[in-house]
Formats: sequence, structure tokens, C-alpha cells
Amino acid sequence: MEQALLYAATLGTLACIYAVLTLGLNLQWGLTGLMNFGGLGFVAVGAYTAALLTAAPSATHVGGFGVPWWLAWPAAGLAAALLALPVGAIALRLRADYLAIATIGIAEIVRLVARNEDWLTGGPLGVTAIPRPFESLGTPTGQVAFLLLVGAVLAVLFAAAQATANSPFGRALRAVRDDEEAAKAAGKNPARLRLHAFLLGAGFMGLGGAMMTAFFKFIGPDALEPVTVTFLVWVMLIAGGSGNNWGAVAGAFAVWVVWAATDWLAAQLPGEAATRAAYIRLFLIGLALQAILLARPQGLIGERIGSPQR
Amino acid sequence: MLAFVNFYLLPGLVLGAIYALSATGLSLIYGVMRFAHFAHGDLLALGAYCAFAASTSLGISVWASIPFAAAATIPAALVADALFYAPLRRSLPAVLLISSFGVALMLRALIYFFFGPTPVTFPRPIVPPLVFEGVRIQARHIWIILGAALCAFMLHLILSRTRAGRAMRAMSDDPDLARISGVATAAVIRLTWIIAAVLVAVAGVFLGLDTQLQPVMGFNVLLASFAAAILGGIGRPWGAAFGGVILGLAEECSTYPLVDGAPLLQPTYKSAVAFVVLIATLLLRPQGLFRGMI
Amino acid sequence: MALLEVRGLTGGYGETDILNGVDLDADAGEVVVIVGANGAGKSTLMKAIAGLVRIRAGQVRLAGEEIANAPAESMVLRGLAYVPQERNVFPSLTVEENLAMGVYARPEKFREGKERALALFPDLAARLATPAGRLSGGQRQMVAIARALMLEPRLIMLDEPTAGLSPKFCSAIFARVQEIARAGIGVVMVEQNARPALAIADRGVVLAMGRNRAIAPGPALLADPNIGRLFLGG
Repeated sequence: MEQALLYAATLGTLACIYAVLTLGLNLQWGLTGLMNFGGLGFVAVGAYTAALLTAAPSATHVGGFGVPWWLAWPAAGLAAALLALPVGAIALRLRADYLAIATIGIAEIVRLVARNEDWLTGGPLGVTAIPRPFESLGTPTGQVAFLLLVGAVLAVLFAAAQATANSPFGRALRAVRDDEEAAKAAGKNPARLRLHAFLLGAGFMGLGGAMMTAFFKFIGPDALEPVTVTFLVWVMLIAGGSGNNWGAVAGAFAVWVVWAATDWLAAQLPGEAATRAAYIRLFLIGLALQAILLARPQGLIGERIGSPQR
Repeated sequence: MLAFVNFYLLPGLVLGAIYALSATGLSLIYGVMRFAHFAHGDLLALGAYCAFAASTSLGISVWASIPFAAAATIPAALVADALFYAPLRRSLPAVLLISSFGVALMLRALIYFFFGPTPVTFPRPIVPPLVFEGVRIQARHIWIILGAALCAFMLHLILSRTRAGRAMRAMSDDPDLARISGVATAAVIRLTWIIAAVLVAVAGVFLGLDTQLQPVMGFNVLLASFAAAILGGIGRPWGAAFGGVILGLAEECSTYPLVDGAPLLQPTYKSAVAFVVLIATLLLRPQGLFRGMI
Repeated sequence: MALLEVRGLTGGYGETDILNGVDLDADAGEVVVIVGANGAGKSTLMKAIAGLVRIRAGQVRLAGEEIANAPAESMVLRGLAYVPQERNVFPSLTVEENLAMGVYARPEKFREGKERALALFPDLAARLATPAGRLSGGQRQMVAIARALMLEPRLIMLDEPTAGLSPKFCSAIFARVQEIARAGIGVVMVEQNARPALAIADRGVVLAMGRNRAIAPGPALLADPNIGRLFLGG
């Protein structure tokens, strides 16, 4: 019973964290049409920021500072947004695909720094013993309490994302996405609007990263991988429906359930077969993305993706 | 000076030749189809691994295995295009990028599935480098540079001297004008995939030969290939080739101990050079050196 | 039966129709000039006939053959040539290569077509190896028209061939247009430069809001005070 509860709490916590990341991507791609293929970089910066701020002092990396989570998490979001600022400012002036390429570069730079700057990040050893809120309540109460906290953060961010989408700012973003020339003629500044959406989305991702490290109590250069962070979030958003916050959350939950279930199934296979099954799963998730793009580009619940080409 | 040539200039040229092959295909695809093909790196890895399989199972030399690499990348590119890209082409341009990102993942999953995550190397005899007046170079590096030059020359002939090549350039200039001139765009798109797939297969074999094969090898060169293509002016194959050589040289020379014996850039940060070049290009000359499409 | 017969042509981009039932006739050897305000659907009409814009309803017949929604790449072999506005040459291809693109579907006709093109536009002879992107606006227009004539079309459509050209070039282009028509080719031309264009038009068509407003011989339209006030800037 306790095992089952623990398992459910784990699944629920990660589902909520993924929903936060998907909301962030929805602000960027769904609402504004910005392609970010470097989600990993922003999540990692948020993760490291929160980790270094909250962890106990250590000789292997800078800090930690023992800062409480409620200060460290917003700081993580801020750090990710700061990372997005220079690159966004440069790449957003140009064609949409250049941003997509530049974001891959950001993820690569973050990975290099995490791996090589031992004094800052602990290098390959990473940052360990990161405190998790409510762990003093013991098992499984602590995990459930943490799930509730993550769920509350998701609820707040969801409300913020909804408010953004329905605000004049959100309408301006959609206007820029759908017809830049018309938006310009209406006196909007597309470059600035895009940059704001990009920073806001990056902030969500950084906050998601902070919650992830608190949950795993560890962050290292290989703890996050592009497939599960960057790519899975894209699949979640496309599946749920770009441009729609409800869709983003629903997509995150649905895809996460499938992902976790297939993970469990694959793990039941004996040794070598289990590894291979994991690769098949990777292939199938790519195929599923193609299927959704072709058959139901608007997602489960959706606005629509981009605007038709003339 | 000799050390600079041996340890920085020549390796830079070899890496640059590989980048040039990959970036040229990327730029051709961008020109003809107007989308950034994010699966290009993984197509490169697929080619390298299929050459590896042919070379080890048939006992043929690495050079002889190049056709096997192309025999894998050509159908992979054509099938991905027919199944996934073609239906999205008319309606939603940005979604093509996402689709190719998905294809990248699928290709990588296939490579992991069939070849496993452990790096492998092409079977190659250990031979002493050739020495000319103190300049030391491995024979395989000479072949890589010559091979890339030959590919570039062939591509030049195709683009400038053949009717199909002219049609590719015409589509790059203006797809609608090409159509009303009677160009069957579907055929030109297929030809573009074939040429790009051959170039990237050769690049994959060369990269595997220069270093080793690992499933993420392609993803690792993707950023550099894009940076090279944009530096040269995206959609301009010649610019991409030139950009590739520049980028290869920049990466290798970035670790040169110019001041006080300390490398300019720690070797572990080499792969950041591509990002720096990309950002500098976007900032200073977004149309690239050879005035590509903006 | 006219060479080109357009009946009730309706269509446009995506969901919105820009053309709402346009009729148009053009005979062999005739110059037809289409005029109208910005947004009247002049360019869209040409693109729709050329197969670049979807036709939702209506007929387009060329020499009796139905060509509505036929693939754009098939038009050249049906005898329909089209010179779009502005982006009408391949800038990175040389003038000679641009001409070669005009016979893409029939490469064996290159030599013959090139001779005719140079006879019509002798100025191009010295520019054959120059990339078209480096030419002046007027020279580009010549290259574009020459490319469209390479395969001896039955009908040529010109979208604002004098846009941005000096008056000297304009009259040169109009003179060539009349020469082309005399050779028996049907010419359909959209013109912002309405007065001089209508002066040479066997038939003038006024388009407004995607519909025909008036059809009459060019000089008659010019003489009509209502048309003049409404569509030709007084």
C-alpha cells in the first residue's frame, strides 16, 4: 500500500513538473510561434541554480547557501530567463528557424559548463544532497506533501499562463504569430513581444528544473537528457494542442502516463531485451509525434499550429 | 610553426572538410525546400554506422563501404520525406522543423537499437604518418580532404552544368517561378534529398574514420553544420562548403597556445566554437558571407 | 471560341475568396489589359489561371481545353506562359540560364528560342553570362518576357511589366508587347500604368472587388468618363 502510494506520488509529481515545462513551451511555441529545441539548457540552468542555492555548503562546488526553496525556485526561473535574454535578443530579430538552431547551441553550452566548470557545478560529480521540501515529514507523507506543493505551483503557473493568454499581451502575441505585418501595422512591436514570451517560457522551464532537482535530490551533467526533457515536452505540447494551456497540461499528463507505463513494461523484459525495448519506445514516440502532426495537427484540445501558408 | 601545421591546421582542414560535406547538403535542402533539416546529423550517423556494418561484415575497406552508407541514407531521406515532410510541405512550414526533429529521434533510436550505445571504430591498420619536410599527416586524412574536394567538384558540375542542377538552383531562387517554367518540383526535391544524402553519408564515414562512431555523433555535428551553412549564407551550397572549412579550422585553432603556452580555449569547450560563430554571424552578418536567403 | 475563356472564376488563398466570379476572354493576336484598384484581384486572377492559386469554382479553357487547377508546372507545355510581377527572373542564374529555364520542358528548343529572344531583345546579347540579379529593372523585365516566350506560347500573361521602370523603358516594353501580339500570340497584361496600356489594348477589362466591372476596347474605356474617374485616377 505504502509502495503504491509512493509510486503514485512519484508519477504525479513528475507529471506536474512536465506540465510546467509544457506550459513554458506553450508560451513560446503555442502562443508565439517560437521554436525552442534547447529546453534542456533552460531546465538545467534552473536546476543548477536551485540546487546550488538550497544545498548545504560543499567543497566540491560553489555554495551551497542553504537558501529556502521558496526563494530558490523563483531565482531558478529568473536565471533561466536571464540565459534566454541575450540569445533571444539576437536570434529573434531573424527568421524563426534561426532561433531553433540557436537554442540547440544554448543547450550545448550549458552542458559544457555543467560538465567542465567543477568549481561551480561540481563537474561530473554534480550537486548532491539537495533538500526536498517536506521530507522531514517522513515517507510517504513527505512525498505526498511535496506532490501537493508541486501541484500548487502548477496551478499558480497555469493561472498565470491563462491570464497571459487572455491578456492584451497574449492577444498581441497571437496577432504577431498569425500575421506579423498586420500586427506591425496595428502598432505592435513583434521583436519585443516575442522576446518577452521567450523569457517567460524560459522562466517556467527554469522553475520546472528547480522542482526536478528537489524531487531527485541530485543534479549532474548527465542527470537530464535531451530526449526526456526537450523532446518529450514537445511531444506533450503537440499531442495536447499548441496554443491552448488546457491542452498543454492534458498533453503532459497523457503522454507522461504512456511514457511511464511503457517504461514499466520495458523494465519487465529480461536484461538485454529491456535495453532494446527502451530504444523501440524512443522510436515509437518519434513516430507518434509524426502521426499527430499528420492526422491531428491541432492536438487533443487545440487551437491550431501556426497559420496556413499563402 | 610546424607544430601549428601538424596539430592545428591539418586537423582543422580535415574537420572542416567533414563539416563542409554535411553543411552543403543542409544548405541545399534549405534552398530547395526552405526548412532547417534537424535530422541531418542523425542521417550522417546512420550512414557512418551502415558503412561500419558493411565494412566489418563483408571485410571490405572503409572507402569501399561508402556506397553502403549512401545506400542507407538515400532511402531513409526519401522515405522520411514521402511519409512525413511531403504532407506538411504546403500548409505549415514551421511544423516541418518539428517533424524533422522527430525523424532525428527515430533515426537515433534505430542506431541505438541495432548498434548499441558503445562507441566503435572502423577497422583500420595502424600506419605511421607520412612526413613531408616535417609536416606529418595520416594517409587517411589526405584521402578525407581529397574526397571532400572531389565531392565538391562533382556537386559543382551537377549544379552548374546539368539541367537538373539548374532546376535545383532555380527552385532555390524562386519555387513558384520554377513551377511556372515547367519544373516538376517533386522530382527536384527527390534529387535534392539524394544528393544531400550522399554528401552526408560520405561525411559520416569520414567522421567515423577520423574519430570514432557513436550514436550521438550526428547530433554533435548538427550545430556546427548549421553554423557553417548560415556563415556561408543559407541556401548557398558553395557558401556552406566554405563555411564548413572555416568552422573546422576555427574549432581546431581555438585551442592554439598563442599566449604564454596556454590554449586560447580549453579543448573541452571546442564544440562551443560553433555556437560562437553562429551568434556572431547572426549578429554581424545574418545573410552570411555569400548573401544567402534571410 | 476565344483562345482563353475564363468563366465565373472564384477562388483565393485559404478560406477567403479574392475572385468572385471573373469572366475573361482573350483571342490570339490580341492585347487584353486588366486594370483596377489595388486589391481588386488582378494578380490573383493571373496566378489562378497559371495554377498557383486554388480555383474553387468556374472554368478556365485554353484553346478549348479545361485547365482550371491543372498543376502550374504543366502550363508551359499547354502553351500558357506567365511573367509574375517583380520576382520574375531567377536572380542567381545567368541570363542565358534564365532563358534555358524557359525551355526546361523541351531542352532541344533552346537554340531556336534563344535566337528569337535575342532578335526581340538585342540588348540581352551582351549580358548572357551576367547573373540576372545584377541587371537593372528594365533588363530583368526583358529577360523575364524572353524566358516566357522561349517555348512559343499561345498566350502570355504579364503582371505589371512596367512597374518601376522609367518612361523610356515603359514605351519600349509596350512596343515589344504589340510586336508579340502581331506574331499571333494572345497577350493578357495587368497594368497599374493604365492609360498608356489601355491605349494599345484591343480589349480592356476593369476589375473591382474580384468582379468584372467593365469590358470594352481599350480606347473606349479610356473615353468613358465614369471609368476614368473611378479607376484611372481621374
